[in-house]
Amino acid sequence: MMDRIHIKQGRVVDPANEIDRIGSVYIAEGKIVSVINAPADFTADIVIDASSQIVCPGFIDLSVRLREPGQSRKATFKSETLAAASAGVTSMCLQPDTKPVIDTAAVAELIKELADKAGYPQIYPIAALTQKLEGNELSSMLALKEAGCIAVGNANQPIRNLLILRRAMEYAASHDLLLMFRPNDYWLGNNGCAHEGAVATRYGLPSIPDAAETIALDQCLELAELTRCRVHFGQISCKRSVIKIHQANKYGLNVSADVAIHQLHLTENDIKPFDSAYHVLPPLRTEADKQYLRQGLAGGTITSICSDHQPHDIDAKLGAFPETEPGVSSLETLLPLTLKLVAQHAITLEQGIAALSQHPARILKLPRGALTPGFSADVCIFDPELDWQVNGANWLSRGINTPFWNQSLKGRVTYALQAGKCIFSLQAS
Amino acid sequence: MTDNLQVNAEGKLKHFLTIEGLSKKLLTEILDTAESFVGVSDQQIKKVPLLRGKTIVNLFFENSTRTRTTFELAAKRLSADVLSMSIATSSTSKGESLLDTIRNLEAMFVDMFVVRHAISGAAHFIAQHTAPHISVINAGDGQHAHPTQAMLDMFTIRQIKKDFAPLRVAIIGDILHSRVARSQIQALNTLGVAEVRVIAPKTLLPAHVETLGVTVSHNLPEGLQDIDVIIMLRLQKERMTSALLPSESEYFKCFGLTESKLKIAKPDAIVMHPGPINRGVEIESKVADGQQSVVLKQVSNGIAVRMAIMSMAMQPQGIL
Repeated sequence: MMDRIHIKQGRVVDPANEIDRIGSVYIAEGKIVSVINAPADFTADIVIDASSQIVCPGFIDLSVRLREPGQSRKATFKSETLAAASAGVTSMCLQPDTKPVIDTAAVAELIKELADKAGYPQIYPIAALTQKLEGNELSSMLALKEAGCIAVGNANQPIRNLLILRRAMEYAASHDLLLMFRPNDYWLGNNGCAHEGAVATRYGLPSIPDAAETIALDQCLELAELTRCRVHFGQISCKRSVIKIHQANKYGLNVSADVAIHQLHLTENDIKPFDSAYHVLPPLRTEADKQYLRQGLAGGTITSICSDHQPHDIDAKLGAFPETEPGVSSLETLLPLTLKLVAQHAITLEQGIAALSQHPARILKLPRGALTPGFSADVCIFDPELDWQVNGANWLSRGINTPFWNQSLKGRVTYALQAGKCIFSLQAS
Repeated sequence: MTDNLQVNAEGKLKHFLTIEGLSKKLLTEILDTAESFVGVSDQQIKKVPLLRGKTIVNLFFENSTRTRTTFELAAKRLSADVLSMSIATSSTSKGESLLDTIRNLEAMFVDMFVVRHAISGAAHFIAQHTAPHISVINAGDGQHAHPTQAMLDMFTIRQIKKDFAPLRVAIIGDILHSRVARSQIQALNTLGVAEVRVIAPKTLLPAHVETLGVTVSHNLPEGLQDIDVIIMLRLQKERMTSALLPSESEYFKCFGLTESKLKIAKPDAIVMHPGPINRGVEIESKVADGQQSVVLKQVSNGIAVRMAIMSMAMQPQGIL
């Protein structure tokens, strides 16, 4: 018998149902029973006082790496699901570049098992679009879908051969599979590690032009029209990508896009000399790109924000910048940095919460991301005014590779419920 | 990105990693100190006891003859104990990390590392992670910086031209891949020349090169007008195979410095080259060995300038 929960006195923000008012959320049997209006004869086992806090749908992260299977020296499902819960993230899409790659049903099943064992079942593997992500042969997409994969994707691996991309998209479309595509052209990427701009020029860093992204994006848009494959572009990083996606939507193509939270706050100019914490792919770009990404989010061209969480061990980031591994450990900064966008008037609170819940759910066609009665009770409660410092005492991810280390951020999750089960409570932690 | 890693609280040189962020005063002090060491090499006993009892390790993760030799000589003339290690391929192929190599050498009570590495930022990384008493001198990191080369070039320019203010300097060739060019541009601008001009095809120029504080030309004869100092850069063979240039001969035709093109520059223009020279590719032999060439002067000045930088970087340790 699962707990009946009454969350009271919180500011309920549920963009999907256009709710923003002080009130209660009632949960029973792991599902939302009612919002605002008290159901008849509801007796709660647990009452959570959410006064001066915000109650919203649990967050859905479209791109994470948890490092298992294969790289448990960096992080584990146990450590990272705890970090996710503490960040209000109640569902996550796992990128396929695990070791081994998610290209067989066996690996997908292993991931489901690891998730269950960690007590965090809502992990959705993304299947590799091609075997071993090598871009040569199609993966067994149907078997992968049946084993629980929510979409197919290329992770960070460029697809060099457009004929193979075309066929993979056709095949994915036949099984109504969403393609989660990170656009990057292999040749133009040229093993770079920084944006091709003034900073890379000054520091002699191998660079990646924004055209490496926009050309691959263009090609994929053309193939989306040809194949009618549903495409979601992940972690876009530059101005012209926003423009192209906006145009494609206007033209009637069914495509969507997300942006990694750090791209909305950092640019090439923030990179401290050779500080590997800033080594990310796609690279941090210019101020103009950042502003366009923010506008794209505010205007609805980019609907979702992801963490693009990539925890690393210390050694992976210990070296000269180009030789270190890219990526930021970013689950735990996802909400405070989104709230910072709200504080900076780049987006509204409603947009921020929708970008973390309603929109990713819609992209994945999941009945989540809203406090709709009957939906799984995935709920995040947070104190938007709580200041905290990004440091060892407050950090749960195994990876401490973040440019925000030691910084003070505002906004902290106090409770997270996944299907009605409390997976995080700030008091208890 | 700026940093103060290189100077201590008193503004004294601690590491020498890049020209960026160093003041005109400090660069001038390096040149003045180098001046005082020029005589040392001409003496019967070519040594001063400034770094006696100090241990300097030349860590060359990338091959080099000239730079390593002049660093070695400079250290010896300062009476330091010198160990030169070529670890071009060995340690990485054994799987040892850069940091492990450094830690092992630290354990041998080293006072200074002179580092050359193929990756941009390697010297910074070592300076950030090495024991606090150790100084790090960058002898070239990837495409980022080669500040001692730039300073010996500044020294040579000052020797001949005396004053930086009126000078127009052209840097010709592969700016994109050149750590030497990046450091030269920063040094020339810090010392206050009238103009730094880069001359190269677009394929050999980095994005937004003008943000480095240079004017740009894609045409050698045009670019050479009014120039006081010509700095030629070495062209690596692999630039042809990576489709940056069609051929050596076409490059020579467009950007090779010949006697007739040299005449376009000011009559008293000097010709410099950090070496090693590709004769007939970037420069004609007649020019390389000609009256206006100061290439060998650059090499001899390399010792005095490196002596100056090494001794100054050791100052915070109570030397001098």
